[in-house]
Amino acid sequence: MRIASITNWLDERLSISTLAAVAQKKEVPRHRHSIWYYFGGMTLFLFAVQVVTGILLLLYYRPSAENAFESVQFIITEVKFGWLIRSIHSWSANLMIATLFIHMFSVFFLRAYYPPREITWVSGAFLLIIVICFGFSGYLLPWNKLAFFATKVGTEIAGVVPIVGRPILRFLRGGDDVTGATLTRFFGFHVAVLPATATVFIAIHVALVQLHGMHVPQKYEHNYQRMKFFPNFIMRDLIGWILAIGVLAALAALFPWELGEKADAFAPAPAGIKPEWYFLFMFQTLKWIPAKILGLDGEVLGIMAFNVIALLLFIVPFIDRDPENRRRHLIFNICGVFALLFIVVMTIVGYVTK
Amino acid sequence: MALCLRGSLCLCGEMISRTLHHRDTEISPRHRRSLINLGLSLFLVLIVFSLASAQKKSSCIECHIRLDDPRLSAPAKLFDNDIHKSRGLSCNDCHGGDPNADTKEAAKDPSKGYLGKPKTLDIPAYCGKCHSDANLMKRFNPSLRVDQEREYYTSVHGKLLKEKNETRVATCISCHSVHGIRTPTDPLSSVYPSNVATTCAKFHASADYMKPFGIPSDQFDKYQTSVHAKALYDKQDLSAPTCNDCHGNHGATPPGIASVANVCGQCHGRQAELFQTSPHKKAFDEKQLAECITCHSNHAILKPNDQMIGTQQGALCINCHSSGDKGFAAAGMMRSRIDELIASIDKSTAILKDAEEKGMEVSKPKFELKGATDALTHARVLIHSSSTAEVDKVVGPGLDVASKGYQAGLAALGERRFRREGLIVSLVFILFLALLVYFKIRQIESRQTSNTGSTS
Repeated sequence: MRIASITNWLDERLSISTLAAVAQKKEVPRHRHSIWYYFGGMTLFLFAVQVVTGILLLLYYRPSAENAFESVQFIITEVKFGWLIRSIHSWSANLMIATLFIHMFSVFFLRAYYPPREITWVSGAFLLIIVICFGFSGYLLPWNKLAFFATKVGTEIAGVVPIVGRPILRFLRGGDDVTGATLTRFFGFHVAVLPATATVFIAIHVALVQLHGMHVPQKYEHNYQRMKFFPNFIMRDLIGWILAIGVLAALAALFPWELGEKADAFAPAPAGIKPEWYFLFMFQTLKWIPAKILGLDGEVLGIMAFNVIALLLFIVPFIDRDPENRRRHLIFNICGVFALLFIVVMTIVGYVTK
Repeated sequence: MALCLRGSLCLCGEMISRTLHHRDTEISPRHRRSLINLGLSLFLVLIVFSLASAQKKSSCIECHIRLDDPRLSAPAKLFDNDIHKSRGLSCNDCHGGDPNADTKEAAKDPSKGYLGKPKTLDIPAYCGKCHSDANLMKRFNPSLRVDQEREYYTSVHGKLLKEKNETRVATCISCHSVHGIRTPTDPLSSVYPSNVATTCAKFHASADYMKPFGIPSDQFDKYQTSVHAKALYDKQDLSAPTCNDCHGNHGATPPGIASVANVCGQCHGRQAELFQTSPHKKAFDEKQLAECITCHSNHAILKPNDQMIGTQQGALCINCHSSGDKGFAAAGMMRSRIDELIASIDKSTAILKDAEEKGMEVSKPKFELKGATDALTHARVLIHSSSTAEVDKVVGPGLDVASKGYQAGLAALGERRFRREGLIVSLVFILFLALLVYFKIRQIESRQTSNTGSTS
């Protein structure tokens, strides 16, 4: 009786019954490629894990060159289950980037960006950039040797861009060198600027997915079944999320994320220093690119090429918008396969070479 | 120089003419004359300055550098890199004579103070003319000592030279070279720290040269095997001792039995201090044993190791002590305590390494374990007191630190086990939960199928 009266009170103010009715009516297409629908939800779940573990880490983390390393060390060694929270945060970040890439490529190959879903794609591309920035800024926060030099190299690469490179480098570093000022700045990006921006884009992205519904590949447009979003689809999602927690727990317990040595600006850079795996393909490309191409600096050209590719990513749905254009379809498939192979091969090469 | 001067003049003239032309309409003739006067004055200043800065003439260099006999041309060539030249001195400042004269006879005129080449016996005084004159040296290098000559005559070299007219001994030029003298801070100098031993070895490593003096010639070979030489040559540690740090430089003398501890104590102060308070001090004095070198040797000082102390075969203590005496027992006790600490440190290091390799964060206990290593170093120094009580004072706390490191390693491995066991329990629960949801979906979907005939 009392519960019913509380529900009624809430319903009058929040129209819960209307929302529930919409949820009850909402359906998800069911066909051979439905599996790819779950990667968006998985990415969102891992983002939620990041938020929760990130907030817990904030209880002890101290963002300064003097204290950052020691505070992470304290979290790992002294705080009850601190090691678990820190390791899950690090592993979840990496898994999130992996599922995001899978989600992006599945959307690309299934042409889920066709009208009217162009803005959904663009908001997703923004989220990809934001997540990569999350990774880059978060990597420095433990203030260890590897992170220090990886940030140095990473920001140096940004500094190579003509005209705007130098101001970008100084903006990122908070000066000419990677110092405590860089750490404070990256902390600000990581816990305030990026989460706020990500929240806005996630809201837009999810709202648009709800508005337009799941995209059905052309091949199955007239030949697919449906399942209820609630509870059928969401419970399948739930299984994935529960298993993801299991994977994260296993990774954290079996392969705890290393802390390494405290950063020392005067120490030489460790030999064979490499960035995180999601930057490895770009790093390896820049390593292999000739010093001079047609009289121009090869590294600058490489960085500019990556910038152009990033820009192309945003405008994909505006170039390929006609489902009947088979020739363009083929070209985009070839480009997609080439990009995927390039990323995979260069990442492996970057990983195995010294 | 001429070109440069001409250039400056042209430039200056052009500037003045431009100024005059520009100001024609504004400056009165009186002011113009003043400007011309100013310009001419500037010319004169420039000319005087240029002449003053021109190199002084030296007919000695001009002649000697062209001579075919290398003995006569070498001084002129070498002098180019000499510290004296860089301070504005020339040949005549040491050798006298007239460097402005155009003929050999006029340049080497004794009436103009020409001294020629000094005899070996006169060299210290020859250099000392300037280097012993405090007032003169202040003009060139106020921080340079002026007692080298006086000190030299206290050395074995100086005494032989002065008292026995022995000209085969080292004088100033034997070490500092001649005509190409560089400051001791110049890495090319023969008296730069890493070159000193080779400079001394030129004579002291020659058995034939040393034979008349009755001294050995193996010091350099022995020194090269020493821990000091390794620090100096391999690690490029310029503070590591070479010949002159123990023997002195200008007053070079072998340290006597009574003073050797003071020499070593310059760097190894704590060890020397402990030795002075130890029972060994009295015993060594009575037996006329040179303190440090009795155990550590002199030129071939090897890196000390724990095998040197104790009562086992090869230990130095048993050279004097035998079973049953107090020293023998003390040596055995000190060695066993040090061994105990080493074993404890090794054990802790191994378990921490194991935990680290297994992914556990143990950098803090690893850092704290350095306290035990410090205690070990301290204990190794304290053996110079020959007191087991003193050694025990640091070994005890060292063992405590090492034990804490071991406990931390054990705890880390225990924590790893706990994590793995916890993981198994968690995974069982997680899989159970996932299965529960899976069966719930099946239940819901079968209900939906029975209600509607399909899940659509």
